[in-house]
Amino acid sequence: MNGTLNLWLIPLLPFAGFLLNGILGSRLPKWLVTTIALLAPLAAFGVVVNAARSVFGVGAAIASLPYIETCPMGWINAGTLHIDFSFVLDQLSLVMLLVVTGVGFLIHIYSVGYMAHEEGYARYFSFLNLFLFFMTVLVLAGNALLMFVGWEGVGLASYLLIGFYFKKDSAANAGKKAFIVNRIGDFGFLIGMFLLLANFGTLTFSEIATKLGQDPGWQGGMVTVIALCLLLGATGKSAQLPLYIWLPDAMEGPTPVSALIHAATMVTAGVYMIARTHVLFDHSPFALGVVAVVGAATALFAATIGLVQNDIKRVLAYSTISQLGYMFLGCGVAAYSAAIFHLMTHAFFKALLFLAAGSVIHAIGGEQDLRKMGGLRKKLPVTFWTMTAAVFAIAGFPPLAAFFSKDAILYAAYLQGTGGMALWFVGLVTALLTSLYMFRLWYLTFMGEARSPEIHAHESPWTMLGPLVILALLSVGGGWIGIERFAAFLAPATGLRTAESGSSQLELILSGAAVAVALLGWLIADRLYRQKPAQPAEIAAAMPGAYRVLANKYYVDEMYGATVVKPVLGFSRYVLGWVVDVGLLGGIAWLLGGIALFTGAILQRWQSGNLRSYAAWLAAGAAAVLLFVVVPWNAVWPASMELILKVAGR
Amino acid sequence: MNLLSQEVPISWYLLLSAMLFSLGVVGFLIKRNLITVFMSIELMLNAVNLSFVTFAHEWHAVKGQIFVFFVMMVAAAEAAVGLAIIIAVFRARATLAVDRIDLMKL
Repeated sequence: MNGTLNLWLIPLLPFAGFLLNGILGSRLPKWLVTTIALLAPLAAFGVVVNAARSVFGVGAAIASLPYIETCPMGWINAGTLHIDFSFVLDQLSLVMLLVVTGVGFLIHIYSVGYMAHEEGYARYFSFLNLFLFFMTVLVLAGNALLMFVGWEGVGLASYLLIGFYFKKDSAANAGKKAFIVNRIGDFGFLIGMFLLLANFGTLTFSEIATKLGQDPGWQGGMVTVIALCLLLGATGKSAQLPLYIWLPDAMEGPTPVSALIHAATMVTAGVYMIARTHVLFDHSPFALGVVAVVGAATALFAATIGLVQNDIKRVLAYSTISQLGYMFLGCGVAAYSAAIFHLMTHAFFKALLFLAAGSVIHAIGGEQDLRKMGGLRKKLPVTFWTMTAAVFAIAGFPPLAAFFSKDAILYAAYLQGTGGMALWFVGLVTALLTSLYMFRLWYLTFMGEARSPEIHAHESPWTMLGPLVILALLSVGGGWIGIERFAAFLAPATGLRTAESGSSQLELILSGAAVAVALLGWLIADRLYRQKPAQPAEIAAAMPGAYRVLANKYYVDEMYGATVVKPVLGFSRYVLGWVVDVGLLGGIAWLLGGIALFTGAILQRWQSGNLRSYAAWLAAGAAAVLLFVVVPWNAVWPASMELILKVAGR
Repeated sequence: MNLLSQEVPISWYLLLSAMLFSLGVVGFLIKRNLITVFMSIELMLNAVNLSFVTFAHEWHAVKGQIFVFFVMMVAAAEAAVGLAIIIAVFRARATLAVDRIDLMKL
């Protein structure tokens, strides 16, 4: 690598955009706001591409990774604790950076069209730039604490953008919900960091890896606890069981936000974190197993809910949770590069799905209910074709992107023995459900006749269609790099597993099975939503209990409401609110105030307003001072005491 | 010995000064008329002046004399301002009784 790569520019450029638009945005003309908002991520993307070119350009450059940039001033120096501002570019962060800044830039362009007529245009873009700043910090961070800064920051940006329409109660509440649920995960991350510090004395990823490598005695025990704490953090950020509940509600934000933050980038931070700290997980088979089970369970669980949702964005939200489950499954079977591969392709096709859904919503005037759509194929041709590419991609049809990445994960799971075969089976069922709910969405949106003829749909502007087309190309071709090459590239950063290298007869058979279930899902959806549109309702009527459970999302929100939210609220209101706040703190305040009032009432008699009384006190004071100064107390005291004793003695 | 040629002892001066000062204090405290109160203040000032001059003479230090001039100057200014205030008070309240001018509290 020749010269410096200026990694620090990658986060700071969007941050500059955030500051400019955040402070001056409301006073700048709109075109200038747009220019600033687009230039910042474009320039950051340029720096990333430059870094990628210098990595790939020269033969020896790859070998020189990881490339580290450290702020010379340091950050925290306390005793034995040294934490630096250090940015690390390795294979893993390079892939993430390309996805984050690339897809991020496309979504910025899209937002120009989507948000054109919205209030708070500059505010929206400043938040979006702020998100990119924190996300790139998260990705580049060379130690867990700096990653945590980005981690919290993207949570903040997510909160701000979910609650972008803050005048709507549901949006404000959704923002709060996302933030609070994430706090629970962050708690796990924090405890994990404390344990790392206590046991390893460092938070730098590479040093942790070195220390773990030197001492095989670390197997199990504390490492498992640390890994599980980090996993808790990851489940919060990446919307996995049991902390997934915030993501569906996060759809209250503008659709490009859902695409950028709640599909392509931020929610994958948990996966990235696990891949980044994979040495810890590698030393704890138990923690890995938990990751895999959480992932598989979430994938299946969310997919079943996705089947019956009627809000187009909520279907996609549950789909995102489900796909993130795949990534966790991949991490859980130690196929990190497969998980990151799926993360990348998912960023392409899920961002595309959300943006296309946004284009549909934009076109028909804000309607999000699938039951009121239909027949939009002719009116929105570009949206339709790009969405079709994404639907086929996520369903796993070859040779589209997710076919390669999903199969890599399922194959890696299958190779993990009997437990792995169970995980593989869950993944396969999820693939069937994925195909089913995606084609359901596809049919209900685009096929058949328009169910709301009064809606006049119009195709979106080119600023929105351009990103759609680019993402569609990526969704189609994003997987062609192939898991073998991808895994080989990532190997220095995430390690190489036998499952990921080389293909075999078995892999072909498994791929065949995956494609078969995808086809099956398509056929079922075709039958239910095209040939016999009345049948879904009949099925729902035939199984009212099951349908109700699914439509109500397994009553998980209600369950959390009854077991967590209500007790906490009750405790806050009655114990903390009335007993502690009103009773204790209020009582103390009243007491102090009462003392002041009481003494004031006594002392105010002094303040009579009568000149002569003031003068009298003045004279008395002067006399007292005089007495004090003139009388030789040192001599008087003993003498008087003697006198008193004498008198008393007599 | 001629009584007049004999020097007056310093304690006499100081005693006089203290008596004048005490008279001023008592007058300040017990008199009702604002002007009398004001005059009591002047009396106190002059009592202090007397002890200044006494000590200056006793110790052959000119500082005390100088201080007296300062006190006189301030007293003159204070007399001007004080009388102006008294006139203003009289115009506003039509009385000079100190205990009836008691609005100094909030």
